[in-house]
Amino acid sequence: MLDSAGPALPASPSDDAPVAEPRGGDLVKRHRLSTRIWHWVNAVTLLVMLMSGLMIFNAHPRLYWGQYGANFDKAWFEIGSAGERGFARLGPLKVETTGVLGVWKAPNGSVQHRAFPHWATIPSSYSLADARIWHLAFAWVLSLGLAAFMIISLVNRHFQKDLRIREAEIRPAHIWHDITEHARLRFPTGAAALRYNILQKLSYAGVIFVLLPLIIFTGMTMSPALTSGWSFLLDLFGGRQSARSLHFIAAFLLVAFFLVHIAMVLLAVPFNEVRSIITGRYRLPKEKDEG
Amino acid sequence: MSKLLLDRRALVRGLAMTAGGLTLAGCDKLYAQPKFKHLLEGAEGLHYRAQRLLAGRDALAREYAASDMSPIFRVNGNSMPSASAYQAHAAANFADWRLVIDGLVARPLQLSLTQLAQAPQRAQITRHDCVEGWSAIGKWQGVQLGALLRAAGLSSRANYIVFHCADDSGGHPYYESIDLVDAFHPQTILATHMNDQRLAIPHGAPIRLRVERQLGYKQAKYVMRIEARERLDDLFGGKGGFWEDNAGYAWYAGI
Repeated sequence: MLDSAGPALPASPSDDAPVAEPRGGDLVKRHRLSTRIWHWVNAVTLLVMLMSGLMIFNAHPRLYWGQYGANFDKAWFEIGSAGERGFARLGPLKVETTGVLGVWKAPNGSVQHRAFPHWATIPSSYSLADARIWHLAFAWVLSLGLAAFMIISLVNRHFQKDLRIREAEIRPAHIWHDITEHARLRFPTGAAALRYNILQKLSYAGVIFVLLPLIIFTGMTMSPALTSGWSFLLDLFGGRQSARSLHFIAAFLLVAFFLVHIAMVLLAVPFNEVRSIITGRYRLPKEKDEG
Repeated sequence: MSKLLLDRRALVRGLAMTAGGLTLAGCDKLYAQPKFKHLLEGAEGLHYRAQRLLAGRDALAREYAASDMSPIFRVNGNSMPSASAYQAHAAANFADWRLVIDGLVARPLQLSLTQLAQAPQRAQITRHDCVEGWSAIGKWQGVQLGALLRAAGLSSRANYIVFHCADDSGGHPYYESIDLVDAFHPQTILATHMNDQRLAIPHGAPIRLRVERQLGYKQAKYVMRIEARERLDDLFGGKGGFWEDNAGYAWYAGI
């Protein structure tokens, strides 16, 4: 069990903590309604934004640093094709990607020379105009959703109670302990399973306070109208093309978060985990000595 | 344990089917519904209002130093209009080119390039942002559009300024339009010079519109006629521009 094996933690002060600690096997309330709604809205929104974003990237599949960047300028990342071979290039590193990136087959059998394939993009056949309509409409859902979630979570103290990182938790020994426990697939049981561990706190806080704001503000920095008034955004991110690069990197990190997130759900008890984020109800894993 | 495995398999299958279904068929099908597409397109109005509110109606696009300019300013779109009238003008070095300003104005104007050169000039080094994602920084010089509209006596009934161009793309007349906020914006100019030289044909000679707070497709090249209008829906495809009518791009190109 985490609490007994790991460094001692102060008990978390919680206003609505029940008098008796819940025990392994109990069905308890885990996620608030606002968290659950935001979670699923984001699941749809981020998928739509990622896939329409990949289509937008297809219109100019090169990334630059600085204020400007077009075909004659030096790109740090590129997906392209040379003849019938597709490639992805990161700096000096060039990898052949025929069949997946750069050159791929459309459902009708025709060979396409586009960066991302039809199954990864919205819409599935090339249209920058339509991808922008999807992307820019859902940008409102993402931004307003994040703002609403942040306000509600401050008011109902979700952030303060569940995401606040305590001093003892960021000690290297404690973080290392959590990493080794995760690596051995030993997850907290009993009441301890209700609290986010330090790796969860760091990744959730990273997504909520760093990645999502970063992707929203770098997106805004690509708007020539908005940066006319908010030109500090151009200074903050080092120019429109740097903002575009950071936007792409943030999207890539969100995909990485998603993959780890899904892997952790599958490695825990998926039914219980998914139920808790749909209905809010979660059955605490039994302590080892209970069997 | 077996129940657990079943659960996991079902979950993985469910997730994969949801993702696959949503993307490969769902989104495309959903988008084919006019009501749904219309709903998503509604975001354009939100962008327009939010950006006017957040950035301000008069905010200036960033202007750069000469050292920030792109070594090569990429040519995009039409690089040589095929219309024979245009080619005759080009052969004559645009000596007889006249910029017409008409529509809802009190005094329609016909201006030669010499007259435009004698009017007060504005030069600006700005960033050109293509809808595709690339950017280039260049220097533009010309007459402010607002000054010409004031000289022509813009009617109070006018809501939009339409730019009719000399080129046509695949038989579709090339035109673009902006509202009066952008038309009277100090950085909205009719550029006759680029990077300290007379505008070259691939960049839109002899006159190119610069609307610095919008994307590249608003920067109409080969401008021949400027028309003040009350509405746009009775003109060509009705959506206010070549790209809007023929490719589904947003009329407001601020993002």
